Amino acid sequence: MTLTLRGIGYRHAGASRPALLDIDLDLADGRVVGLAGASEAGKTTLCLVASGLAPRTVGGRIRGTLHLDGEDVDRWPMHRLAERIGIGFQNPATQLSQVAGTVFEEVAFGPMNLGIDRAEVIDRTWEALEAMRIDGLAERDPQRLSGGQQQLLAMAGLLAMRPEHLVLDEPTAQLDPAGTALVADAIGRLARGGTSILIAEQKTDLLADVAGEMIVLAEGRIALRGPVSEVLADPRLDEIGVAPPSAVRLRRAAVAAGLDPALVAERAA
Amino acid sequence: MTELAIVGLAHVYAASGVRALDGIGLRIGAGERVALIGQNGSGKTTLVRHLNGLLRPTEGRVFVGGDDARALTVAQLAARVGLVFQDPDRQVFSGSVRSEVEFGPRNLSRSGPELAAAAREAISAVGLEGHEATNPYDLGQSRRKLLALASVLAMRTPVLVLDEPTTGQDARGVDRVRDVVRAVSAEGRTVIAISHDMRFVAETFERVIVMRAGRIILDGTPAETFAADAWDALRSTYLEPPLAARVGARRGVGSTPTDAGLIAALRAPERS
Repeated sequence: MTLTLRGIGYRHAGASRPALLDIDLDLADGRVVGLAGASEAGKTTLCLVASGLAPRTVGGRIRGTLHLDGEDVDRWPMHRLAERIGIGFQNPATQLSQVAGTVFEEVAFGPMNLGIDRAEVIDRTWEALEAMRIDGLAERDPQRLSGGQQQLLAMAGLLAMRPEHLVLDEPTAQLDPAGTALVADAIGRLARGGTSILIAEQKTDLLADVAGEMIVLAEGRIALRGPVSEVLADPRLDEIGVAPPSAVRLRRAAVAAGLDPALVAERAA
Repeated sequence: MTELAIVGLAHVYAASGVRALDGIGLRIGAGERVALIGQNGSGKTTLVRHLNGLLRPTEGRVFVGGDDARALTVAQLAARVGLVFQDPDRQVFSGSVRSEVEFGPRNLSRSGPELAAAAREAISAVGLEGHEATNPYDLGQSRRKLLALASVLAMRTPVLVLDEPTTGQDARGVDRVRDVVRAVSAEGRTVIAISHDMRFVAETFERVIVMRAGRIILDGTPAETFAADAWDALRSTYLEPPLAARVGARRGVGSTPTDAGLIAALRAPERS
């Protein structure tokens, strides 16, 4: 199953210049694609377009096509798209359903709306809560959690939905290193289950861990694309305003100082 | 200049009964650059909220500039300790960048050229020149966060507290935040920042305090906090030392938490 974007251009309502231009992207079964770029390069807009939320819910004008398994989804209503494509927003508070009184209900809400039977919903909900290590918060009010806990809750909700395609907009922004590692595990688990994932992140160390390929946006266009290891080592990354991963920066510092880069490799070669 | 002293501080949240801080003792000199690290829920934010009176101690005392915080009003504390929240939307509310940045210093009774200069400097420090008339909600999240930083900078408080200042920032944004921290500290003002970004911490701060379950478990220079003999303590709270520290330990060149420090240490034998 593939989510395909072709020739996507996008202009927000009232904006003087387009937020996205000429975007081609394929999100196929079980593949994890990283999305990087400086602030306001168009990452969030691309997440909204790839999930079908833009322009449906935010207005603006789109060019190009979005296909699911070869079918143009242009006229699909949002609820039909939402069954196939999940999205995790940058601000997890936006993600909450506002109707669930407890963390457990919040996670169960998504799969229940997919019409999945009750016993399975309960199984999936506990499994997702345990995977994100928030099963201890099951009875708590989602509105009263910290930002980090809400981010783990949003991820648990997406895990329980097991969407075919998933778009994540900076899913670890509010998380500590332990929480970030849990999200990385969840992404791996979903991908192994066949979910295709587009993940926008500033943390290139995380992209290096979870993604197989990646794209880098600059002023709304794809400036770099390819296997993660190649893109993250590309010298143009700095000019674009994306911080390379720690290992790449350290290696460069060694080379600049005339040292053998093998000296600063994390593990012996 | 303003020294901070915390003695036997404990905080129990009334609603949940959670003991978020337990027996904190700490002294921070004027002009120090201090990073506060630890897991979500370890008490970092609870601790810094005592510095400007947003929270009052359940037990113990907090002294700001030699005065017991209990004896100071929230307004007096706000003039001494500026706090930038993690989420700018909890802080930003004005209709333009300029009015947002002027709000704090106005409340401290600044006006005229002094007010204008404070606002201009703060806006320029975070790179928002040219956006003075922009509505904050037309800025992206990352620039809105820099605006929140500017609005507290403009108050020119002797102590500046930043809660997760680099989250959501791209490479240039992180550089900006680092430059602001260094500039404020160079003026003799104290900066305390909560962060999960170990690289930013190692490169920007001269002292690193590690919290776990409401207590301080490590307190030292970056070289001390990220030294191999501290890793067990760090990892007990799911923190990983920066890559440069791990490579330095493996190469036997001592504790080198920054890339520059590691490279210098690796080159040292060449010179001898």
